[in-house]
Amino acid sequence: MFDNLSGKLQKVFKHLRGQGKLTEENIQEALREVRLALLEADVHYKVARDFVKGIAERAVGREVMQSLTPGQQVIKIVNDALTDLMGGSAEPLRLAGKPPLAVMLVGLQGSGKTTTAGKLALRLSRDKRRPCLVPVDVYRPAAIDQLKTLAGQLGLPVYPSKTDQRPEDIAREALAFASREGCDTLLVDTAGRLHVDDELMAELERLKKILSPAEILLVADAMTGQDAVQVASSFNERLGVSGVVLTKLDGDARGGAALSIRAVTGCPIKFVGVGEKLDALEVFHPDRMSSRILGMGDVLTIVEKA
Amino acid sequence: QKTRERLADRVDRLVLGKKHIDDELLEELEEILITSDLGVSATRFLLEQVSERVRRNELKDPARLQEELRSAVARLLQVPAPPWDPAAARPFVILVVGVNGVGKTTTIGKLAHRLKGDGFQPLLVAGDTFRAAAIEQLVLWGERIGAPVVRQKHGADPSAVAFDALEAATSRDVDVVILDTAGRMHTKVNLMEEIKKVHRVIQKKMPGAPHEILLVLDATTGQNALSQARLFKDTVGVTGLVLTKLDGTAKGGVIVPVCHELQLPVRFIGVGEKVEDLRPFDPGEFARAIV
Ligand SMILES: Nc1nc2c(ncn2[C@@H]2O[C@H](COP(=O)(O)OP(=O)(O)OP(=O)(O)O)[C@@H](O)[C@H]2O)c(=O)[nH]1
Ligand SMILES: Nc1nc2c(ncn2[C@@H]2O[C@H](COP(=O)(O)OP(=O)(O)OP(=O)(O)O)[C@@H](O)[C@H]2O)c(=O)[nH]1
Ligand SMILES: [Mg+2]
Ligand SMILES: [Mg+2]
Repeated sequence: MFDNLSGKLQKVFKHLRGQGKLTEENIQEALREVRLALLEADVHYKVARDFVKGIAERAVGREVMQSLTPGQQVIKIVNDALTDLMGGSAEPLRLAGKPPLAVMLVGLQGSGKTTTAGKLALRLSRDKRRPCLVPVDVYRPAAIDQLKTLAGQLGLPVYPSKTDQRPEDIAREALAFASREGCDTLLVDTAGRLHVDDELMAELERLKKILSPAEILLVADAMTGQDAVQVASSFNERLGVSGVVLTKLDGDARGGAALSIRAVTGCPIKFVGVGEKLDALEVFHPDRMSSRILGMGDVLTIVEKA
Repeated sequence: QKTRERLADRVDRLVLGKKHIDDELLEELEEILITSDLGVSATRFLLEQVSERVRRNELKDPARLQEELRSAVARLLQVPAPPWDPAAARPFVILVVGVNGVGKTTTIGKLAHRLKGDGFQPLLVAGDTFRAAAIEQLVLWGERIGAPVVRQKHGADPSAVAFDALEAATSRDVDVVILDTAGRMHTKVNLMEEIKKVHRVIQKKMPGAPHEILLVLDATTGQNALSQARLFKDTVGVTGLVLTKLDGTAKGGVIVPVCHELQLPVRFIGVGEKVEDLRPFDPGEFARAIV
């Protein structure tokens, strides 16, 4: 699977060595390969199509740098464009304002919200903030227990939610709880829900109203396929997502969902989850992500050296 | 079910509006298959089959094309396999594996409920001793459906839990033992070694067991499901699949190349979070939901 693209592009351009500029014609076949690589990485069909169109415009007429083969040149153009599309550089959490500030974690079932709440709490406490954890998932069996356990491991306060409480009441009381405990940030772990579940999406809107969160983070699984576009745009339309956390990047998923989500929502991806442990959270690097999506981390370092 | 209708709609509308099969129609079909997560090669494989017949003028009618595609998809999903038969052994031991968060524990709850309905007495085993409150989650499922749960402490060795559970199963007179396991990335060697050991312990303690090894796949997952299925099959020898979260808008089309390439049958689908939200898999119905 990996380094497929560079091999294929080399083949496409085999006969072009020595040509000075990329022409429309010789770019087309190369871009077909790029499109397939994106689809294999789970980039959404339409996102891939639009992206490739944009690339054609960028690439035609470009000088083929002396030290590069046309294949590598195309890869570099594609990689730079992907990196740009995903935001260029890393974006931090925006937590300016009068404490306590809420950070809401939302997303589909099993995407990694509860674990990410724990990971963010650890990161924030290392940044000299004082976070507390707030479970508002009163539906999934033992969801509250799960977050309580993580809070215990971190030695941080957790609001003692009960399953017979309404999420809205928990949210209201948790704000007072945070002030009492001297906490400046509330990490609010919501229940997993489908973006088409109108009732539960409305619940999130009510929670947003109560909490006026500084950040609403969509937690999305890096293994997500074509559905990422629908999921992300629904959550974003309904709530106004401020950032994305892409989890489970420690596997071998190419992670095309990152591009799809960014392209349709414009929301920055802020962090990536790279494991189950609480320190397995990293800042998002668009450049690394784009070479991963293309399946060619190594080739790029060669390109850069050239 | 909502999703079902919406999906089929897309192709229905497409073929209704057309009198002839042309390149535009084939391209739109490509889009539909790819956006259903079938992946590039399965999509090509399916479309090449039909376009060849279109070229030879054997296939002209768009509605007929839709039917042919449906049966082609269904054929790929019909994998020859022994039937699902929990009465085949007593106790019948089911090991449930998969990557993180796909729905293993929930599927076990739903499956146990289903088995009880069919007159079997299930025993659940809390083999995820790693994730926070994973044991409690399974215990709550046990209470919900009225099934006993064998558990040890958080952090205990999962193979020791499996061993104890099989012992308990023999003395407690249960029909089916379902073992939960921690979510694990198929690429993590140490965690895959751990599940291998659980498997070995079961085999040793009870020759012939586990009788089913179910790999749970999340319908939201894209092409990575192929890699998951390959590696879990190589490591513990999967016998069947469960495709969860089909109640959303994801079509779970990656199951098509998974079934085809690895020759694994889909045993059940998950269509929600409630006890009754587990259904037997029907290849024809699934194909109709895609094209
Ligand atoms: N390998 C890996 N596993 C992760 C990562 N993030 C979360 N997980 C695991 O994914 C599974 C689901 O995580 P949770 O945090 O429970 O997910 P959730 O979104 O809160 O789930 P629900 O509340 O049921 O919707 C757990 O097994 C986590 O340990 C990650 O970055 N890498
Ligand atoms: N909508 C929907 N949600 C589901 C389905 N199956 C499971 N879930 C939800 O998905 C989330 C994860 O399910 P779990 O059963 O905890 O998944 P798991 O594979 O045991 O997770 P880990 O043990 O952490 O790896 C929970 O919120 C479940 O309620 C399904 O068929 N449909
Ligand atoms: Mg959770
Ligand atoms: Mg579990």
